[in-house]
Amino acid sequence: MADRSTRRLMLVILSAVFAFLYIPISVLVALSFNEGGLPTAWTGFSTKWYGELIANKDIMGAALNTLIVALASTLIATVLGSLLAVGVEIRRRKGRFLETVIFAPMIIPDIVLAIALLSFFSMLDVTLGLNTIIVSHVVFNLAFVCAVVRARLKTFDWTIVEASTDLGASTITTLRRVVLPVLMPAVIAGALLAFTLSVDEFIIAFFTAGAGRDSITLPMQIFAMIRFGVTPEINALATIVMTVSVVALALSQRLNSGKLAGQ
Amino acid sequence: MADRKPLYLMSPALAWLTAFMVVPCLLVLALAFFRRGIYGGIEYTFTFETIALVFDPLYASIFLKSAVIAGLAGLIASVIGYAAAYAIASMPARHQPMLLFFAVLPFWSNYLVRTYAWIVLLNREGLITAIARGLGYDGELPRLLYTESAVVVGLVYNYLPFVILACYAPLSRLNPEIAEASRDLGGSAWTTFRRITLPMTAPGIATGFVFVFVLSIGNFVTPALLGGGQFQMIGNLVYAQFLTANDWPFGAALSMVLIAIMMGLLTLQTFVTERASGARARET
Repeated sequence: MADRSTRRLMLVILSAVFAFLYIPISVLVALSFNEGGLPTAWTGFSTKWYGELIANKDIMGAALNTLIVALASTLIATVLGSLLAVGVEIRRRKGRFLETVIFAPMIIPDIVLAIALLSFFSMLDVTLGLNTIIVSHVVFNLAFVCAVVRARLKTFDWTIVEASTDLGASTITTLRRVVLPVLMPAVIAGALLAFTLSVDEFIIAFFTAGAGRDSITLPMQIFAMIRFGVTPEINALATIVMTVSVVALALSQRLNSGKLAGQ
Repeated sequence: MADRKPLYLMSPALAWLTAFMVVPCLLVLALAFFRRGIYGGIEYTFTFETIALVFDPLYASIFLKSAVIAGLAGLIASVIGYAAAYAIASMPARHQPMLLFFAVLPFWSNYLVRTYAWIVLLNREGLITAIARGLGYDGELPRLLYTESAVVVGLVYNYLPFVILACYAPLSRLNPEIAEASRDLGGSAWTTFRRITLPMTAPGIATGFVFVFVLSIGNFVTPALLGGGQFQMIGNLVYAQFLTANDWPFGAALSMVLIAIMMGLLTLQTFVTERASGARARET
């Protein structure tokens, strides 16, 4: 009897928490399809707000910038981060300092890294723009790629590397033909994670973008729009951005855990 | 592979991190010991003045207020998150991974979007107002958006999934036989929870709380969007020093104090977790 009432309480708690988590974003998604665009009345299903997005040059420009930044920073971070992961895992001696440096980008508050990079670039007289955003995004992206690849390397069988070396393969050949094929799912998972992080990242981009309109990314555009209030267009844009990140991350998780489970 | 090889695999990434993370952070640390020139810019004379300014009552009160808001968000998120994790852990084992997945899913969507969702709900022509009007309430409604409560709600909403994850880990590892033994020995459900379950899963709560606190106290987006312009937390103060007030040394000093608070808390949390796991190791 007591057990049944506990069970009911647990179900009530779960429903309440899931309602709290999902109602705000569901309202947002629903409103993006509301013809009138207002929360006060449902005037019919429509995709016209999505059409307006495509017609908006500012938003399309920002989306293009975001794509450039995310692709470039993901590419660099994936190469550097994967090599770093392999290097760290090959080493038998684990240095505490090294671990801290690799882990730091994941825990340093965004705002601190943002002002640090802004000060650094300004002192070197580097012109701020998409290039500086890319360089900055690589910093945290490579840490995340490295973490994902290292997790995969924990179950890696290093004897196949020895076998490859014994058979006369060079280090490059061993990396390319032996290590990489085994690591590929983790590398792709890491790249997808990096891509999503970069697409969503706002604060560091905001500080390292400079003043011009040419280097505005999508989150910066969204931030600017939100400050002027709620519009049906932002609802539509928010829905798209949310869908992209959730799909990319779900894919990344699947790739990663699927391979580990199959191991 | 030989011992020298790892170095050249690691060096491109380490060079990148050194150039674009270590050096810039050291630069900020150094900036905190200079002061703002009379006409803006930076005056390169070594001084503790700038750091001392952080502890000026005016700014110390902003630190305090940020800490209160971050603490409140951490507390509420810990209570809700622990309850949710406990409820998930009490469900049949085959449903748990799916429940956990859906609890974390919102965490994967864009932070700005999740914060914006609350503007949609709370603003003057928002859904909550619309519902109140629909129920026939015509009077003046209290202001919901641009309040401290809105900031706390936004922070809790954004970080709750992490707390659920952090609390679920120790709860799922809990040996049910220990709770059974407690009940067999006559402990009520509440006593069992208070004396057995809660102490054994406390490190999860500590991890969740510290995470929410650390991310909240330096937060800049949520206070800016849900708190409105008139409301300041440290993150906004740092932002202002760099992008509007043009007092970089002071902005640097503020962020160094912020980092010190965070590192202190993270060390404390590691200490608590290690002690708890040490205590458990001794028991077995």
